[in-house]
Amino acid sequence: MASQKDIDRTSDPETFRQEVRQFIAENFPDELKSKGNALAAVEGPATETAAQKSWREAMGSRGWGTPTWPAEYGGGGLSRKHAAILNEELAKAKAHNPIGGMGVMMFGPTLLEYGSEEQKREHIPPICRGEIRWCQGYSEPNAGSDLANLQTMAEDKGDHYLVNGQKTWTSGGQWADKCFCLVRTDRSDKHKGISFLLIDMDSPGVEVRPIQMISGMSPFCETFFDDVKVPKENLVGEEGQGWTIGKRLLQHERTNLSGGGSMARMMGASLADIAKRYVETDSDGRIADAVLRDRIADFEIRWNAFLLTARRAAQESKAQGGVSEISSVLKKVGTKLGQERAELTIEIMGLQGLGWEGEGFTQAELAGVRGWLFGKATTIYGGSTEIQNNIIAKRVLGMLDHQ
Amino acid sequence: MAVLNEEQTMLRDMAREWTTNESPVTEWRKVRASGDPQAWDASVYATMAEMGWAGIIIPEEHGGSDFGWLSAGLVVEELGKTLTASPLIATTIAASAIVLGGSDAQKAEWLPKIASGEVVATLAVDESPRHAPSKIETTVSGGTISGTKKFVHEAHGAHLFVVAAKDGLYLVPSGDGVTLHDRKLADMRNHADVEFAGAAADKLTDGGDDLLDQVLDRARVLTACEMLGMAQQVFDTTLDYLKQRVQFSQVLSTFQALQHRMADLFADLALMRSAVEGGLQAIDAGFLTSQAATIAKAEANRVLHQLSREGIQLHGGIGMTDEYDVGFYLKRARVLESSFGSTGFLKDRYARLSDY
Repeated sequence: MASQKDIDRTSDPETFRQEVRQFIAENFPDELKSKGNALAAVEGPATETAAQKSWREAMGSRGWGTPTWPAEYGGGGLSRKHAAILNEELAKAKAHNPIGGMGVMMFGPTLLEYGSEEQKREHIPPICRGEIRWCQGYSEPNAGSDLANLQTMAEDKGDHYLVNGQKTWTSGGQWADKCFCLVRTDRSDKHKGISFLLIDMDSPGVEVRPIQMISGMSPFCETFFDDVKVPKENLVGEEGQGWTIGKRLLQHERTNLSGGGSMARMMGASLADIAKRYVETDSDGRIADAVLRDRIADFEIRWNAFLLTARRAAQESKAQGGVSEISSVLKKVGTKLGQERAELTIEIMGLQGLGWEGEGFTQAELAGVRGWLFGKATTIYGGSTEIQNNIIAKRVLGMLDHQ
Repeated sequence: MAVLNEEQTMLRDMAREWTTNESPVTEWRKVRASGDPQAWDASVYATMAEMGWAGIIIPEEHGGSDFGWLSAGLVVEELGKTLTASPLIATTIAASAIVLGGSDAQKAEWLPKIASGEVVATLAVDESPRHAPSKIETTVSGGTISGTKKFVHEAHGAHLFVVAAKDGLYLVPSGDGVTLHDRKLADMRNHADVEFAGAAADKLTDGGDDLLDQVLDRARVLTACEMLGMAQQVFDTTLDYLKQRVQFSQVLSTFQALQHRMADLFADLALMRSAVEGGLQAIDAGFLTSQAATIAKAEANRVLHQLSREGIQLHGGIGMTDEYDVGFYLKRARVLESSFGSTGFLKDRYARLSDY
């Protein structure tokens, strides 16, 4: 007998749309309308309200939080077309996808590509149900942009690895259940000595210390491994294949970090609307400060060109059946514009836009300040702007390296 | 590059092959050397018309192919790459005014001749060196037009002027009452001040109150297409040069300082292309055309300005010699940046369109 998911995959689009509508009507709690937070699954504690829990479980049971992942591992098994319908209907209902985080954005797609059958069966279904939080053990104090310089050592002890070392900038490490980690299994070769290892965060010897950032928040941690025993079956791929697998995962990360659409949604009100609330307008409704008005227009024109570029990259990639070369600019341009926008917002609001806490500020104003500061991370993580420039110059433009 | 259909791909390939083989920059050097104020070769324009390029935005019933603006833009971009001098852009812009605002009789009279290449036309709006379509003093009285238009593109050799007067757009054939004063600009192309003194003028009455804005939006986008071709060519030429030039026993392209500048320019060029193609697609779709056209020309101005400066700097001293082509692009760039809206004008227009 065909499963529900087989029916979803092949069903007529309009029938499927009706099914999605009915599912949302039956399962989506009204109190969650417009309450989605794209980063909640990464950066917030794991406490859930009853409504959040029921919505996550409903979506998870259908695999619709990971709509295009294979149904056999708990994904939705939907075609891209059906997934697009699902997204449209969720957006119309102001419903968010409650299943996200690094497991969905980065680790899952990578494990589906490189993991063993046992690993997929063990790790993918809990990601699809939103039950397990993953964190990323990549950067180290001396391995930032030069990631391959990582020194965390996994020593072969026969039936297990013994892991010692330190990771840093572990996003959401204090809330994570598991960590996908790049470790060194061989000191003799910089790149081929790296392996991709999965580590339980509650293993003895794992210690996590949140780092307080300039935003006042602690979304990143230091993670220490002190004689941590990791079973051999937690190695993904072969020993020494970690750099290849790890880079593949970064491609998934960049794709997610640069998405113009999701950034646009996070940005909320237009700069012009903000300006009209905070600064004077003249009798024609124009922003009276001509310099500020010019800078807002200047920003919005470039922002529009960026959105058009994100759209074009997607269209080209689809038409070519491969990643379009302009995709390489999206991360650096999108993050720079996001920072520029945050700075311009503060300039529009004046000191009212720099409130840290207490009375006299709206929630949006306070959130804006923390977002402005947190946003400084965007041009550093996921391959800094400088690393993006290296990639564009060498891989896209064919400019030679120092060799 | 926008995703093209088969017809558009063929058109683009044909244009690229023709400009590469028949109209490289050396052809522009010959035209420039001739000193002719018309600054384009009539036989070259006849060839373009034979290939169907003069009728790309003209309906089939009037002798065109009606391929649309994205198609027109593909051809114009290729012309921009090799600095091909022709009245194609000016004529296409002028033709759009007749398509949008002409009566059946006006369309039947002019569009077939434009599509066949027999008639060269151009748009005459500005009365000062800066684009200011709200400051027009030209008037029409008793069917004759009086006023002076400044720096009209491709005025020498034009058979028909589409002229902005206080109360709308008019068709004014060259001849009695139309006098040209040559204005030689740094790009050495075809520009003239055009004095209208009692010339016969035939109003375009079917386009609505915003006809001039609609035509200018098309002028902005098509100009941006020429600029896109120029920007792409400057980028490609500069990249090639950096990969060949050796200093300190290394090819320049190995220096990270230069790699990162090229990466920045590559990103800007990507934004410019998206904006320009977005403008063409908006005209074809008839949706948010003014916003899209403003974004297209503003991005074209910003990016070509930057690229034309960096192109010279990255070539070093030889980039400043007349023997190298890159200087031509700098000079043409500034003329086009000022035409149909400087960056300041366009930002103001974008803000107005967005109600702030």
